[in-house]
Amino acid sequence: MTELATYNFAYLDEQTKRMIRRAILKAIAIPGYQVPFASREMPMPYGWGTGGVQVTAAVIGPKDTLKVIDQGADDTTNAVSIRAFFQKTANVRVTTRTAEATIIQTRHRIPEAALQTGQILVYQVPIPEPLRFLEPRETETRKMHALEEYGLMHVKLYEDIARHGHIATTYAYPVKVEGRYVMDPSPTPKFDNPKMHNSPALQLFGAGREKRIYAIPPYTEVVSLDFEDHPFEIQTFSQPCALCGAKGSYLDEVILDDKGGSMFVCSDTDFCEVRQEKGHRGHLAANPAEAAE
Amino acid sequence: MPTPLVVSDVAKSFTMHLRDGIRLPVVANVTFSIKAGECAVLGGPSGAGKSSILKMVYGNYAVDAGQIIIPYRDRLVDVASADPRTMLGIRRDIIGYVSQFLRTVPRVSALDVVAEPLVARGADRNEARDRAASLLGGLNLPERLWSLPPATFSGGEQQRVNIARGFITDHPILLLDEPTASLDAKNRDVVVSMIQQKKAAGVAMLGIFHDDDVREAVADRIIDVTAFSVPSEASA
Amino acid sequence: MSDLPLLKVNALSKFYGSRIGCQNVTFELWPGEVLAIVGESGSGKTTLLNCLATRLAPSAGSVEYRMRDSQFRDLYRLSEAERRFLMRTDWGFVHQNPADGLRMTVSAGANVGERLMAVGDRHYGKIRATATDWLGRVEIAEDRIDDQPRAFSGGMRQRLQIARNLVTNPRLVFMDEPTGGLDVSVQARLLDLLRGLVSDLGLAAIVVTHDLAVARLLSHRMMVMKDGHIVETGLTDRVLDDPQAPYTQLLVSSILQV
Repeated sequence: MTELATYNFAYLDEQTKRMIRRAILKAIAIPGYQVPFASREMPMPYGWGTGGVQVTAAVIGPKDTLKVIDQGADDTTNAVSIRAFFQKTANVRVTTRTAEATIIQTRHRIPEAALQTGQILVYQVPIPEPLRFLEPRETETRKMHALEEYGLMHVKLYEDIARHGHIATTYAYPVKVEGRYVMDPSPTPKFDNPKMHNSPALQLFGAGREKRIYAIPPYTEVVSLDFEDHPFEIQTFSQPCALCGAKGSYLDEVILDDKGGSMFVCSDTDFCEVRQEKGHRGHLAANPAEAAE
Repeated sequence: MPTPLVVSDVAKSFTMHLRDGIRLPVVANVTFSIKAGECAVLGGPSGAGKSSILKMVYGNYAVDAGQIIIPYRDRLVDVASADPRTMLGIRRDIIGYVSQFLRTVPRVSALDVVAEPLVARGADRNEARDRAASLLGGLNLPERLWSLPPATFSGGEQQRVNIARGFITDHPILLLDEPTASLDAKNRDVVVSMIQQKKAAGVAMLGIFHDDDVREAVADRIIDVTAFSVPSEASA
Repeated sequence: MSDLPLLKVNALSKFYGSRIGCQNVTFELWPGEVLAIVGESGSGKTTLLNCLATRLAPSAGSVEYRMRDSQFRDLYRLSEAERRFLMRTDWGFVHQNPADGLRMTVSAGANVGERLMAVGDRHYGKIRATATDWLGRVEIAEDRIDDQPRAFSGGMRQRLQIARNLVTNPRLVFMDEPTGGLDVSVQARLLDLLRGLVSDLGLAAIVVTHDLAVARLLSHRMMVMKDGHIVETGLTDRVLDDPQAPYTQLLVSSILQV
């Protein structure tokens, strides 16, 4: 504990945490609404999850168990360093198991395993404003949210269909929350959008550089925008995971050699490992006997 | 039935503000009326104010004094003081005007130029075109021109388009500003018979004709405009 | 035909400090009427237009509009939501510079379709069909539907802006020098197109222009403005052929004969 002496619990001072908690409470009260907050400088660059880290720091307690994923994986740089950060500054338990975690901070994925009541999913958000690329004026986009003028959002989807023949937006796919606010779900693949709908977990979104926090309380309606004749659909994969054989999970392509060889594996590493432990095998899985050596 | 057009004590002058406000009197005490089925012709030398009178009746020139009364929608309206909206309604429903020159509209075919006043009154476009075609045919306008915009037509051809446009509706009042000026004898006769038909239909007409033959053929009465002239320098 | 006006403007004034933008403007506009507001630069005509179109809050006076339910509403007492809804459904605003009225980075089809999506149309095929129809009506080739207006000429952009405004069948359209930045032959085509659309759709329109030829071709009525005041009003041909006010005479005499 001595090395903790120079830091407050979970890095942020208590006044800052209170400020952030107030923003979070307001965000929960108005699902999908972007609440401005006084984002702090964090000991990491913007784009590395400063918003998510501040939200996590404001809600984490000594008894929490933290899991951090980056694109679904627990072992990538961003995930490892944020996990280490909270181990150091809050001395909390950390895990890679989705089921064991009370707080999961994520960059760009929602775990495959269904979340449970009591869990909090914290998203790192680069650009919280879904209308931003079509309407550059913040004053105007705020007004559009206030007045529920969301025609512009469909202009983006229209452009997709006009150009590609289908809605080609595959990530950061806009959703309408509880029939009111249109929200950017952060750059998660649209594959994950249905998981946001009626989730038992609390979902919190933090954008550090843009200084916005928004939230989806448990059991909230989350609908992906679409057209009647071009309904929303998620990505499908033509093959199962090469390691665990899972069908219906989100796959990443992993390059195997410089001759064009590749394999598709679960982007959610914990999900994949748990399945393999239970004996599921994909066609490229290592022989368990060899792996044990 | 009220008299279709009653003009009483009308006066017109032009005030030229750009020339130190000098006033150029045109006519004064203009008083006449026209019955249904009558064709009155304004007579007098050019510059006497014939055209000005016609334009005042049409609302195209402002009226300094007096009244121009016409029945419109079960009431009597004074054109001299009618608001623009009433005047637009009167032009659509009551007063037709055949001017000397056609104000051409680019890209609109002769047939549609002629049909337009009927369409504006709510007629079916195809019926209006049929009616336009029969009028243009009667006026001997070659059929190959019907689908072309009249901007490039000769003076006589444009005038026939203009006449057809003016005669297509059944306005109870028709103002004719030298409609036969650039027509040959054959087409002049056509116009004369069209005017006779309008008369028979009870239309009140007020016209200016420089052609003596036409004037004699159609005029029931000549209104001598010199009687309304203002003694020169009287107002200076 | 309805005997109630669409717009009632009463003693409308706008002051910029002690300077007059426009003062004491009163008039009514009926459905299907095209009113031209003419005057030279700085005469207050654009200020007036913006006050009418709720783009600029007037200092005094009222503007009442007859909504589709036939109720007159004071535009400056509408909630902002109602006002914005009105502006993108029942009204149109054609800017002099098409870039001000278009989304330059989305396709022509989406520019036209945006208002439809804004009022809740959620069928891509129908939106696209309507957009195609409207591009045809403003004489833009169907195969340009997926091009961005950045790739269009000035005249095409202006026609696209008009289609974008008319797609929701508005009853009132404001136009600020609609042919302003175009060369003469392109102007003629646009004017002719506008004239046809306005009469076919029975639109009421308020057109601000300094070009009397535009006013003559498009409008039924005219208001002449000078130094923020209306100096003359009347039927367009009456004002142009027999101008009464000294300023109108100057204006009419200083144009080239058309």
